[in-house]
Formats: sequence, C-alpha cells, structure tokens
Amino acid sequence: MRAPPVEMACQELVELVTEYMEGTLRPSERLRFEAHLRRCDGCTRYLEQMRQMIAALGRLPEEAIPEQIKQNLLQAFRDWRNSARG
Amino acid sequence: MRLYQTDDELVGALRRGEETAFATLLDRYYGPMLRLAMTQVHNRAHAEDIVQEAWLGVVQGIDRFESRSSLRTWISHILLNIARTRARRERRSVPFSALEAGDGDAGPSVAPDRFFPDDHPRWPHHWASPPRSWGPSPEERLLSKETQGVIERAIVALPDTQRAVITLRDVHGLTSPEAAHLLGITEGHQRVLLHRARSKVRRALEEYLGDPLR
Repeated sequence: MRAPPVEMACQELVELVTEYMEGTLRPSERLRFEAHLRRCDGCTRYLEQMRQMIAALGRLPEEAIPEQIKQNLLQAFRDWRNSARG
Repeated sequence: MRLYQTDDELVGALRRGEETAFATLLDRYYGPMLRLAMTQVHNRAHAEDIVQEAWLGVVQGIDRFESRSSLRTWISHILLNIARTRARRERRSVPFSALEAGDGDAGPSVAPDRFFPDDHPRWPHHWASPPRSWGPSPEERLLSKETQGVIERAIVALPDTQRAVITLRDVHGLTSPEAAHLLGITEGHQRVLLHRARSKVRRALEEYLGDPLR
C-alpha cells in the first residue's frame, strides 16, 4: 500500500479531526496533522469551529420535569420507602 | 450549603428514603433522560413513558446499585434497556421504511467541491473554499436560541445511532468507554459514528452561520 504524501492535505485532515481530538491518531499521523495545522488557516479555523460546536452541544438546555410527573414519581418513591420499612 | 454533591451522598440519602434526594435526582436528570430516550424512539409520548418506567426502575434498584459506574451511567443504562425493548416493539408496528435504524451514510465530512482537485498544479486536496468566519464572538452566537434550534434540528435529523452517540458524548459529556459500553458497541465504531454526526451538525451550522446577515 502506497504511503500517504509527507504533507497532509486539508481534505485528509477533516476526516481525521475526530480521531485527533480523541487522541487516537498514531504519533506519526498526529505530527503530520499538527504540522499541517501550523501552515493552514483554513484547517485551523475548521478545528476551532469544531471545538466551538462541541462546546455549544454541551450547553444545550434540557427540559424541566413537569410538576405532575414529578409528584407522581415522588409518590412512587414514598410507596417504595414505606413498603421497604414494612 | 448545597446538598448531595457526590454520588455517594445521593445514594446514601436515597437508601435512607430521603425524599429530597430523589427530588434532586429528578430535577437533575429528567431532562437528560428524556433527551436520551428521544434518541431511541421517534415518538415523544413513548419517550416520556420510557423515562417514567426508567425512574421506577431506579427506585426499585437503588439498593442494588454498586459504585462501579457513576449514578448517571447506571440510570442511563436502565433507561436504554427499557428503550431498546420499546423500540423493538415500535419497529414492529411501524412500516420499516419509515424508520431509519442503523449507522447512516459513509459520505465525506465536507463536500468534495470545497477542495481543489487531485490534478491542481499547486494545492491538490487543499481548501478551495475554506470555512468562513463565524463572526467576532462565535461562542455567543452559538448560545442564541435560534442557533440552538438549528443544532437541535440537526441532531434530530441524524440517523439513530449517530444521534445517540453525539448526545451521549457531546451533549451529555460521557467518556468514550462509557458511551460505547452503554450503546453496546466498540469504542472504534463509536468514534466513527461520532465523526459522522459531528460533521453533519457542523455542516448545518456552517450553512446557518455562514449567512453574514444573521
């Protein structure tokens, strides 16, 4: 199998972004990846935007529990506790 | 003083029958559990049923909980077991073509026409149309209700397993081994799904944020 060219191209980098962030790239690949980043504004921005997106995903609001459901489940908890105490 | 900061405190209080501990658990995890259930079934009412059934499972199982996993992971595990059973039932009653189970496509993360072709004299496979700036304060823009709506819709549009992975990893912040274990897949497979999911959501965001008027 032919080895990839020494310098990584942008189209290859965007497919390796997740593995890079997960820390699962082979050391030689990681070096190629970072070498390319240093000389490519487009890929630097791509990685930065990916990180910003992931941070935004982590801040998505979650729904609050509806009061009726909360009361029903608290009752179920009381029932369990009271039956356990016999 | 904030009550119940650690799993141990919560579990101990629950076992003692302290209602405030269970109320804390409900407040903290109901929303995330509903979101997780929605990655497994397509019907919101079914998702709400799954969540309630899972909470009953939590109440009944709290004495058996061992700290091998976090409380959060354990609750997620209960929920996913219940969801898997219900999803199987749902698939049997809905035409197969209407549901998209499975991993989804294996297309490129970025449209090939964004890059110079292989025979370009100077920059083959380099950006022809690089990513445009998302403005001076992208973090702020990403927090707006409108942009969060774009993100939510992009997540809903993902194939089931991609949606589950990105929810567990990026929305809920679970680790790679935690997410892989919960979904019953290898970490490698999970990583591929995560990559595809992130690429799709990024594309939706780029399309939306790329408009200088927004």
